[in-house]
Order: sequence, then structure tokens, then C-alpha cells
Amino acid sequence: MVNLFRSANDDPHPPQSTAPGPKAPIQVAVRDLTIRYGNWPVLSDVTLDIRRHEIFGIIGPANSGKTSFLNALNRMDLLRPNMTVHGEIRFNGVDIRTWRNVYALRRMIGVVFPLPVGLPMTIYDNVALAPRLSGKNLDKTALDALVERCLRRAALWDEVKDRLHALGSLLSGGQQQRLTIARALSQEPQLLMLDEFSIAVDPVTTMRIEDVLKSLQEEMTIILVTNLVQQAQRLAHRTAFFLDGRCIEVGETEALFSGQVKNRRTREYIEGKFG
Amino acid sequence: MAQPHPTQSGDHLDGQWYVDKLFHGLMFLCGISAVLFVLGIFLFVFAEGAGFILKSLDWRQFLLSPRWMPTSSYNPTYGILALIAGTASITFLAMVVAVPFSLGAAIYIAEFAKGRTREVLKILIELLAAIPSVVWGFIGLAIMNPWIIQTFDEPIGLNILNCGIILGLMAAPIITSIAEDALKAVPDTYREAAEALGANRWQTIAQVVLPAAKNGLLAAVLLGVGRGFGETMAVLMASGHSINMPESIFDSVRALTATIAAELGETAVGSDHYQALFAIGIFLFTITFFINMTADWIIRGSKRG
Repeated sequence: MVNLFRSANDDPHPPQSTAPGPKAPIQVAVRDLTIRYGNWPVLSDVTLDIRRHEIFGIIGPANSGKTSFLNALNRMDLLRPNMTVHGEIRFNGVDIRTWRNVYALRRMIGVVFPLPVGLPMTIYDNVALAPRLSGKNLDKTALDALVERCLRRAALWDEVKDRLHALGSLLSGGQQQRLTIARALSQEPQLLMLDEFSIAVDPVTTMRIEDVLKSLQEEMTIILVTNLVQQAQRLAHRTAFFLDGRCIEVGETEALFSGQVKNRRTREYIEGKFG
Repeated sequence: MAQPHPTQSGDHLDGQWYVDKLFHGLMFLCGISAVLFVLGIFLFVFAEGAGFILKSLDWRQFLLSPRWMPTSSYNPTYGILALIAGTASITFLAMVVAVPFSLGAAIYIAEFAKGRTREVLKILIELLAAIPSVVWGFIGLAIMNPWIIQTFDEPIGLNILNCGIILGLMAAPIITSIAEDALKAVPDTYREAAEALGANRWQTIAQVVLPAAKNGLLAAVLLGVGRGFGETMAVLMASGHSINMPESIFDSVRALTATIAAELGETAVGSDHYQALFAIGIFLFTITFFINMTADWIIRGSKRG
């Protein structure tokens, strides 16, 4: 059984993840973050730090503001006319609202959406898009190598290596989701944000992607928004619990799942009593 | 055992069943009527031209001779090559004018314009599409004609340039609104995915949105071409209406459609000339049919892809 769940990664060592300690440098610092759609607040007064090279889980029921939180981090609020963001988000110590080139910021942050978005181009072009956009003029060999590396890491290479020039939209849902992950990795991001990535993916693939995420943590910070509390338990070093637009609690995942919670609602959610 | 009576089993034809069947039949009639009308028009046009086409028409001369001299008393010739060249040159110039403008306008409306600007622009473009063609023809005669004479120092301003610009302006709103629909049909998730990868607005449009909408855009252009081929009144007024194999954009030309419009009223019904005009009609019908078929085929392709 175990073999089934092994990563398709070439890495001979099984993926491990080590939690960065409390003294680790901060990748994302969020202070009093409030997000509104029109007058409707979807997230209020969130304050938390995300450490570099950490897998940071965010759990919570639907409508708790998890996705809006991610959207604020890579400034997708600019695409949504009625979305307003108050408070402060620092990325590598710099307030993201003082960034002049928002595209450069987004290139440092990879995003995987809940439903796979295979862009209407070939599999190869999907993965090669980000490097091409960034203006790094990679030559063919370098680009080929990058595409292969990203597809391998997303556990998709073996399935698509013979048809890299077929349309990405012809892949199955689960394959497209891994394509999206490969695409996000091709940005070589400092921060990877996954928003309920396993909704459209079968359990076996989910486990393979989880292994990949563990191995990626050496290179980047990962924010994992999930509606599966067990997924957070398996992967996240620390976990935040969002409820009704508020961050109820942030703690070491192990502690939260062993019942050391400050708030009764957190325990009830983790135990599956609501949500 | 005997079968129970259908009404006892609950299987009975109630009012709703009949209403459903009735509407089914009515909708079928409506749908099929479009086919009947097209067929009817084709048969009528063909029947009017049939005697001439089947008996005395020399096909090689009809398609390959530039001499359209139906009223010549000793040797009437029916060659439409000059007319085809006229229509083609006007349509080509019209597309050169219309396509960049229309695609630019469609991109602006679909991708950049917001709220009121967008609504106002859309209404204005629809208004532009609703201007009667004779008004465009009038603009060609009264405004473009003296302008071309002055600016380019030409003896006449009714020529390919005049007509092409007028026709381009006429086709632009149609191309714009269909192209805008095609761009709007590209899902927003594509745009968001591209922007999340760090693509700026222009990169998003050029590398993701336009390729995704390319079939719809091509169909929009083809419908514009169809419009150019079929337009009559504005072409009649602005082209100069003289039979010429065009050599420069300052040559006056004559279009297929304008020839029919101008001459049909002055021919004896059933004469060779009359029937030759119907032969032109059949030719136009065939061309527009193929253009529309191609556009339709491309749109289907875009839905499958």
C-alpha cells in the first residue's frame, strides 16, 4: 500500500518536513487585517506571522474568510473593484501596498486554486508561461529542463511526458490540478499558497501531492488552506483556525490536535462537531 | 391475465401532455421555416436567372471577362470580373480599416472599460450599427468626396478609398460587438490564473485571452467581410460606380451588389440583361453562403476546443 502513495519525485529520500522554530525569520507578517466586500466584512482584525520555510495551515468552515485572506496576500484585490483591504501585510518585511510593481510581487507568490485552471494552451506552454512572462529569456534547453523539473515535482511528468504538446485542458481534473501546481512551481516562488487544492483530486493523488508539498518546504514557505482538518494535521507545522471572518486561534498543529486549545470552538471544529 | 386498462394503470394522456406536443410541433414549424425561407429565396433567384444561365450564358466569359456591357446593341457582353474586383478591393480596404479598430475597441470594452464607460460605449456602438446605409452613402458623397479631392488632389473622390473607409466604418460596430462577446466568453478564471502567475494586463490579454478567443474573433472578422460583400446602397453612392479593373485606391470601381440595385429597375423583365443580374445574385448568394458557413464552422470549432 505504501508504494501507492509514494511521490513520483526522483528524490530517493522520503520526504520529511521540519518545522522552523519560533526564531525563524518571518516571511509574511499580517497586522489587523480587515477585508470587506462593499460594506460586508469577510475578515476582521487578523494578526499573525508566517515563518519562512513553514507549512502554515488555515482551517475553518466555508465562509470564514480563508480564500479572501489568500487573495489579499498577492493583491488580487486589485482585480475586484468592491474588495477593500485594511491593515498591514508585510512580505519579506516590506508592506505589500507600497510595492510599485505588483506583478513582480505576484511572481514571487505561487497560487493553486480550488478548481484546476488549465489555461487553453499546451501542457508545455502552461508550465513555461510563468518563466516567459517574467522576462527571463531562458534558452530552449533551460526551459525544457525547468518544465520537466516542475512536472516531475508535481508528480505529473510520467503521465504527460509523451504528450507535452497536447492541450492542457484535455487532461483529467486531477491531472489538471497537478498541472496547476507545476505551473505555480515554475515561478520558483518564495511563497506557495494552496486553496483547498484537493477538492477536485482523487485521494491517491492527494497523498502524492501532500508528499510533494513536504519536500518543497525546504525551498519555500507554504500556506495551505484546507477544509480537511486531517490534511492540516498531516502537513502543517502550525495551523490557524478561521471562523466567521475572525482568526480564532493560531498554534502548533500538534498541540491543537492534541487538545491544547485556547478556544472551545477550535476543539469542536477539529473534532468535527460543526463545520 | 388481461392487461389493465391504461387509465387504470395511471398512464393517461392529460392536458399537459397535449400542450407539450402542441408546442413541440409549433417550435418545429418555427425552426424549419428559416430553412424554408432560405430555400425559397434561392429557388426564386435561381428561377429568375435560370433560362439565361442554362441556355445562353457563357460561364468563362461571365467569370473571367472584365467587360460588363449588357446594353450594347450589337454585342452585349456579361463579364463580372471587374465587378468582383471592385467588390473585393472595397471589402479588402474596409477590413484593413475596420479590423484593427474593431479589435482594439473590443479589447478596450471587454478588458479595460468599467461600469458607466462600458455601458455608454456599448450603446454608442449599437447606435453606430443602426445607422442606415444610405446615410453612410451620403457621408461618402458629401464629406469624404470633397475631402479626398482636396487632400490627394484627385479629380474624383468617389473611389475605392472613399468606399473602403465608409464600408470599414459600417462593418466596425458589428465586428466590435461580436469580438467583444468572444472576449467576454473567456472565463475570468483564466485571467485570474494568469495574473496570479505575475502576468501584467497586456501579457494576460496577449498570451491568454486573445488565444482563447481567437476563433470567435476570426468569426467576427468573417461576418464583417460578409457585411462588406453584401452592402449595396453606401457602396453604390461612394464607389463612383464605374466599371474598372482597379489599379490604385483612387480608381472608381463598381460592386456586384450596386450593379444589381442600379440596373434591375431599368431592364425588361425576362430579358437576358434581367436574367444576368439574377445570375450575379446567385453568385453573391453563393459567396456569402460560404463566408457564413466558414464563420459558423469556426465558431463551432471554438466551442469544441
